[in-house]
Amino acid sequence: MAMVEVAGLVKVFERRRVPWGRPSLIRAVDRVSFTIDEGETFGLVGESGSGKTTTARCLLRLIEPTAGSFSFRGEQVFGLPAARLRALRRDMQMIFQDPGSSLNPRMTAGAIVEEGLVIHGLGSPSDRRARVRELFELTGLDAADAGRYPREFSGGQRQRIGIARALALGPAFLIADEPVSALDVSVQAQVVNLLMDLQQRLGLTLLLVAHDLRLVRHVCSRVAVMYRGRIVETGSAGAVLDTPVHPYTRALVSHWGQV
Amino acid sequence: MNDDKAPVLEVRGLTAEFVSVRAGVRRAVRAVDGVSFEIARGEILALAGESGCGKTVTALSILRLVPLPGRISGGSIHFEGRDLAALDEDELRRIRGSRIGFVFQEPMTALNPVFTVGDQIAEVLEVHGVARGAAARARAVELLDAVRIPEPARRARDYPHQLSGGMRQRVLIAAAIACRPALVIADEPTTALDATVQAEILDLLVSMRGEFGLSLLLITHDLGIVARVADCAAVMYAGRIVETGPARVVLASPRHPYTRGLLASLPGSKPGRRLEAIPGAVPDLASLPPGCAFAPRCPERFAACEASRPDAFTVSPGHAARCFLYGGAA
Repeated sequence: MAMVEVAGLVKVFERRRVPWGRPSLIRAVDRVSFTIDEGETFGLVGESGSGKTTTARCLLRLIEPTAGSFSFRGEQVFGLPAARLRALRRDMQMIFQDPGSSLNPRMTAGAIVEEGLVIHGLGSPSDRRARVRELFELTGLDAADAGRYPREFSGGQRQRIGIARALALGPAFLIADEPVSALDVSVQAQVVNLLMDLQQRLGLTLLLVAHDLRLVRHVCSRVAVMYRGRIVETGSAGAVLDTPVHPYTRALVSHWGQV
Repeated sequence: MNDDKAPVLEVRGLTAEFVSVRAGVRRAVRAVDGVSFEIARGEILALAGESGCGKTVTALSILRLVPLPGRISGGSIHFEGRDLAALDEDELRRIRGSRIGFVFQEPMTALNPVFTVGDQIAEVLEVHGVARGAAARARAVELLDAVRIPEPARRARDYPHQLSGGMRQRVLIAAAIACRPALVIADEPTTALDATVQAEILDLLVSMRGEFGLSLLLITHDLGIVARVADCAAVMYAGRIVETGPARVVLASPRHPYTRGLLASLPGSKPGRRLEAIPGAVPDLASLPPGCAFAPRCPERFAACEASRPDAFTVSPGHAARCFLYGGAA
């Protein structure tokens, strides 16, 4: 059985031009289904507005899905009561696109990485400090910098903090939403390598949300291509991106092939 | 139009500084440091580099639009034979938007939300005395047609928010070419757009070069775009141009270790393998090393690199790299 099974996921946003007006409905995600096996890296590709980030956020219930089901290791995530959901989030974590805005500027790097442990009441203060040091080393940060604030780090280091934060609770499933697109080009490869290393060392299951076809082709074993809220093509990364069938995937691939 | 061989734009030793005063200490940060390049008539030059390398400040310097506390502290900018650095503000204003067009990265913020796009293009024509009133509005519709906007007469009456990102970028291009400039400067013109729309806008810019006979200075962080459209490429790092040459040569046989590292670090060749990452991070311009700015990250550095800054050395005709591997190191 697959670790992650998403079936018929729908997210409808309501938009009102004026607060008292009738809402117009926007189907950001429309009957999306996919599965991810344990230890696999799965890529969700698409352009802005295709619904890939909304899909990712629905899985962690950072936004509530409208319909559909998501089973994680056989357990239905949608509809779980808050307490059980919080416990489950130890196993599912997210890396955000922009480490400049997703890290609290008023907390030190060490406190950011430690926060999840505090919230889940794990370990004594000295255990937690040891764990933070371990996470810093694991992500290629200098443990001596734990007392510094995010703005004192470069973009690449900040994303390492975001990765250390996501790994703190020892998750099995990691969602990375455009983890390198906000970074300097000469630093992107470092962070991609770190993610691939960690995935192997820790046996992580990874959902990579990205618009960069070359990156997805490089990192993922299977991919799904989203267009206007739907998955239009899915399969092994080689099959979908080297010999695309759907006209939209073809257009995307031909663009990236030329660059 | 005097001499077809003369470059349209010739920049020599351009230096731009940003001055900050912190705790009573005045510090000048060189965002652009001795940048030289030229663009021939009808040529597309790509100025490529990462964020903070000085490519946008270089572009803004050409039109003397560097925002305070920045200022141009050295160098010359010859455009159609005149030194833009020596012109007064009135003379410059006649060149901006008329002889030199500008296309910005973010088409939503570059357009005024409360005027129709037709009016905004007509305004460019009126300000520069090319056409006025109904004639300017009619010309605006022709320009929208020239940038391949369907139903241009109807679209001219639309406001920016009614258009998609790609359509807005077409409007900006129409405004940039309205007065038939000799040079268009496009700063990351496709970065805010989706991949499929990017391709259309790049194709449009290339065809504008042919149809309007203009030269194009394209600022980009994306080497893929350089490969796709540029005739010549200049790669910037930490305020300086580190490699220049015909785009195809620079990309196929890069000589500067930074250009090489950047190309090698792109994903693509062998799926699943570790990427060849460049170690370290982009340096802080306020505390650059005394030698080559790339030396701390360079796999091929030697003693000379940390002692002084390399000049640009010619590695093949028209191809130069600012690196001691190619000469100068005693």
